[in-house]
Amino acid sequence: MTSASGLSAQFTELALAVLLAPLLTGWVNQCRAWLQSKSAPPLLQPYRTLAKLFQKEVVLAHGASPLFRFAPYLVFGCLCSAAAIVPTLATDLPLNAAADAIALVGLLALARLFIALAGMDVGTAFGTLGARREMLVGFLAEPALLMVLFTASLISNSTSLATIVETLAHKELVIYPSMAFAGVAFTMVSLAENARIPVDNPATHLELTMIHEAMVLEYSGRHLAMIEWAASLKLFVYSCIGLALFFPWGVANGGDWLGLVLALPALLAKLAVGGALLALIEMLSAKMRIFRAPEFLGTAFLLAVLAMLVHVLLERT
Amino acid sequence: MSLLATPLDQVLALACAWLALGGLGLARPSSVQWATRVLYPAGALVGLALAAVALAAIFSPAAELVLPLGLPDLPFHARLDALSSFFLLLLGAVSAGVSVYACGYFRQPQGTAPGLIALYLHVFLASMALVMVANDAYFFMVAWETMALSSFFLVTCDHQHAEIRRAGYLYLLIAHIGAIAILLSFGALQAGSGDYTFEHMRALQPTPGWATAAFLLALLGFGAKAGLVPLHVWLPEAHPAAPSPVSALLSAVMLKTAVYGLVRVTLDLIGWPLWWWGVVALALGLVSALGGIVFAAVQSDMKRLLAYSSIENIGLVFAGFGLTLLFRGFGMDALAALALTATLFHCLNHAFYKSLLFLCTGSVLHATRERSLGRLGGLIRRMPWVAWCALIGTIAIAGLPPSNGFASEWLLLQAFLFTPGLPHGYLNMLVPVAAAAVALTAALSGYVMVKFFGVVFLGQHREPKLAEAHEAGAWERTGLAWLAAACVILGLAPVTVIGLLEPITRALTGRAIGSLAQGWLFLAPINAERASYSPVLVFVVTALLVAAAWLAVRAFYHGRVRRGPAWDCGFPAQDARMQDTAEGFGQPVRVVFSPFFRLTQHEPAPDDARPRFSATAEDRLWYWLYLPVARLVERLTAAVTLLQRGRISVYLAYSFATLLALLLFIR
Repeated sequence: MTSASGLSAQFTELALAVLLAPLLTGWVNQCRAWLQSKSAPPLLQPYRTLAKLFQKEVVLAHGASPLFRFAPYLVFGCLCSAAAIVPTLATDLPLNAAADAIALVGLLALARLFIALAGMDVGTAFGTLGARREMLVGFLAEPALLMVLFTASLISNSTSLATIVETLAHKELVIYPSMAFAGVAFTMVSLAENARIPVDNPATHLELTMIHEAMVLEYSGRHLAMIEWAASLKLFVYSCIGLALFFPWGVANGGDWLGLVLALPALLAKLAVGGALLALIEMLSAKMRIFRAPEFLGTAFLLAVLAMLVHVLLERT
Repeated sequence: MSLLATPLDQVLALACAWLALGGLGLARPSSVQWATRVLYPAGALVGLALAAVALAAIFSPAAELVLPLGLPDLPFHARLDALSSFFLLLLGAVSAGVSVYACGYFRQPQGTAPGLIALYLHVFLASMALVMVANDAYFFMVAWETMALSSFFLVTCDHQHAEIRRAGYLYLLIAHIGAIAILLSFGALQAGSGDYTFEHMRALQPTPGWATAAFLLALLGFGAKAGLVPLHVWLPEAHPAAPSPVSALLSAVMLKTAVYGLVRVTLDLIGWPLWWWGVVALALGLVSALGGIVFAAVQSDMKRLLAYSSIENIGLVFAGFGLTLLFRGFGMDALAALALTATLFHCLNHAFYKSLLFLCTGSVLHATRERSLGRLGGLIRRMPWVAWCALIGTIAIAGLPPSNGFASEWLLLQAFLFTPGLPHGYLNMLVPVAAAAVALTAALSGYVMVKFFGVVFLGQHREPKLAEAHEAGAWERTGLAWLAAACVILGLAPVTVIGLLEPITRALTGRAIGSLAQGWLFLAPINAERASYSPVLVFVVTALLVAAAWLAVRAFYHGRVRRGPAWDCGFPAQDARMQDTAEGFGQPVRVVFSPFFRLTQHEPAPDDARPRFSATAEDRLWYWLYLPVARLVERLTAAVTLLQRGRISVYLAYSFATLLALLLFIR
C-alpha cells in the first residue's frame, strides 16, 4: 500500500499546501480589491504579514493558561493533517488509508474546538462571544459538510477520499443531480467556515459583527502568525475538498513524478479560478446579521440532506 | 481451590466480596476513615479483579451454574458468556477507577452516614454484576430490583434537601414502571409454560405476536432505565442529585445494564428480530440523541449538563442497536455485526469518558462548593490536573479524533452508510438520511463540551472565592488518571478492543466484522477498500506536525514573551462578569431549537432601576405527557375515595353487594 512514490507525493502535497496557502489568501484578497475597484495589495502580502508577525514579540494576557499558548500550534498541526489527507495532486497517498472523509471532518472539528477554547481562555467579553459564535457556525456547518461528503461516499461506495476522487473523475462526465445540490451546500458551508461574507467578514474588527477575529483577539506575535497561517490553510483545505469533489479531473492517478508535474498546473489553475469565484461571491453578497446565519447554514444543511436523498432516490439502481 | 476454578465461580465470588464489603460498612457506619481507607480501596481491587476475570472469560465458552439459592423449586441460574463478560469488564474497569476516586471524595459526613453509603454502593455494584450473570427471569428481577433500590438510596444521600427527595421519588417511580414492563416481557417470552429460565426462552420459538409484545415491553422497561425519550425525565434529576462517584456509576454503568438487558432479550432470548423493531429503536434513539444534546446545551448546572449528555449518548447507542435489528431482520448479518460492534463499543467508550467527566465535576464541587456554571471559571489555573483530565474527556465526548468517542461514532456512521442496501423500498431512502441526525448530534456535542470546559475551566474566576480553590487529592487524581488513560487507550487501539467484541457478534448475529484482518493499525470494517481509519497514524502524524511547527518557530525566531493586561479591543474596564455565562453560551441553541423548549422569559421594563433578565427552558414533555398522566391518576384516585366512607355499616353493605353480585354471576 505504501510505496516510495506515494510517500513522495504525500510530502510534496503537504509542503505545497503549507507553502501555497497564504498565496491563495493573497490571490483572493487581490481579486476582491480589483472587483471593488480598489488598488490591490501585492500578491505576496500574506507572507509579509506572517514574517512581520513572527518577528514581533508575544504579548500574553495575564492569566493566559498553557492551553492558550499551545492551541495555535495544535490548530496548525490539525489543519496540516487535514491538508495531507485531501488528494490534490495524486490519489496514491499513504495517509488516505489512515484517515477518511469522516476523519477529515473530525480533524477540522478538533481544530475548531481548540481555537474556540483558546478564545475563552483569557476570559474577555469578545473572546467568549467569538467562541460562542464560532461554535454556532460550526455545529450547523459541520453536519452539512459531512452530508456533502456522505453523498460523494455513497456514489463511490467508499469514504476514502482517494477512492471518491478516482470514482468521480472516471465516470465519464455523468452529471449527478445529487452533486449539484451538494455543490451549492458545500459552497455555503465553505463561506461560513472560512469566515467569509455573508456570514463573517475577514476584514472587520467591528465589535458586533466579528466572529473569527473576536476569538483570536488576544493573540499576538508568533501565536497570531500560526493562527493566520492556519486560517489560510483552512481556506486552502476547503478549496481542495471542493475541487476534489466537484472538479476531480487532472489529479494524478499514481504517484509518479510525471503525473505530479502534470497535476500541479491543473491544481494551480483550478485554485486560481476558485479563488476568483470566491471573491466574486463575497463581492455580490452583503454581510448578514449573526442570527440570520443559522438560517443560511440550515439551508445548507437541508440542501446537503436533500443531495443525499436525491442520490438514494434517483441514482441508485 | 477447585471451588473457584471457573470464571463464573470467580465472578460470583467477587460479587459476594462486594456484598461483604458493603456489610462491613455497617460495622463502623459513622467512620469516614473506615470507609475511605479500607472499604473503597478493597472495592477497587475487587473491581480490578472482576475486570481481569471478565477479560479472560470473553473468549472462553459459555458456562452455566445452578445456585442453591432462591425459593424452593425455583433456584437461581447463572451463566457467563461473551456478552456478560464484556459488560462485566466494563463494570469492573470503571468501578475500579470510581472506587479509587471515592477514597478521596467522601469526607465529612452529611446526610447519609459514610458506612451506609459504602453499603449501598457495594450492594449496587454487586447487584449490577449479578444482573449480568443472571440466567433466569427470577434471579434477573431480584438483582435488577436490588440495583434499583440500592441506587435509590445512593441518589437520596443528601436527603435533607427536598428537591433531592423529589428526584429520588421520580427515579423510583419510573424505575418501577420499567421493572413491571420487564417482568411482563419475560412473561410474554415464557409463552405460558411457567418455566422462567433463559435456557427455556432461548429454546422456544415465540410467535411473531408474542415476540413483538415481548420486544416492545422490553424496550419500554429497559428504555425507562436507560433514559430513552420519553421516559428520560428522571435522569437529569436523579444523576446530578447523587454524590459525584455515584453519578459516575449511574451514568457510566447502570445505563449500560439496560442496554445489556435489551440486547440479551432481543438478540439472545427472542433470537430473530423483526425488521420494524429496528425502525422503532432507531427512531427513539435518534430523538433521544438530538433532544438530549439540545437540552444539554441550555443547562447551567454542570452535572445536569452531563446527565442530558448521557441521554444523548444512550440515544446513539439505541440508534446503533436499531440498525443492528434492521440489518438482522433482513438477514444482513455481517452488517448487523458491524452495527452491534459500534453499539457495544460506544457503550464502553461512554462508560469511561462520562465517569471521568462526572468525577471531574466532583473535584470541582469539592474545591469550590459550586455546581452552577455561572459561578465557576478559570479553574485550569487552580486545578490543572483535573482540568487536563477533563480536557481528555471533553475531546472524547465531543467525538473528535483520535479519541475513543470518535472511533465508535465513526463505526456508527459507517453502518449508516450501508443502509442504502436495505431490501425495502422506503427504508433504503430514509435511513441513510437519518445519519444527518447523528451528524448534527455529534456537532452539537462539540458545542456543548466547549461550553462545559470553557465555562468551568477557562476564563476568569466568576467568583472571588474560586481563587482559593484547591487541586484534587492524590486518590482523586489516581482515579481520574485511570479513566483518562482508558479513554486514550480505547481511542488509539480500537482494533484490539473490537477484537474483544467478535465472540459476542458471532454468538448474536452469526458473523464478526473481521477488523483484525487488516492488522492492529487499521480499523477497517467489512473491507479496507470501503473505509479504513487508523487513530494511531492520525495521532502520530498530527503530533509530529505540531511538534515540527513548534520546533521550527523556536529555531528560527526569538521566543520573547511579555505579560500584559488583556487587550479586548482596548476596552478599559473589564471584569469577570463580562464573560459569557452558561445561559449566554447556550443562547444560540435556545434560539435555533426554540420549538424543543417551553420557554419562559422575563424581560425587565425600560425604567427598571434594578433590571433582571431571566429565561428558563423546560421540557415540553412534562406538560404534554407527565402532568396529564399525573392529573388522570389523581382524578382516578379521587373517584376511588368516594367509596371510602369511614363507617363500618357502609363497608358491610359493600361486602353484601359483592356477595350478591358474585352469586348472580357465578350461580
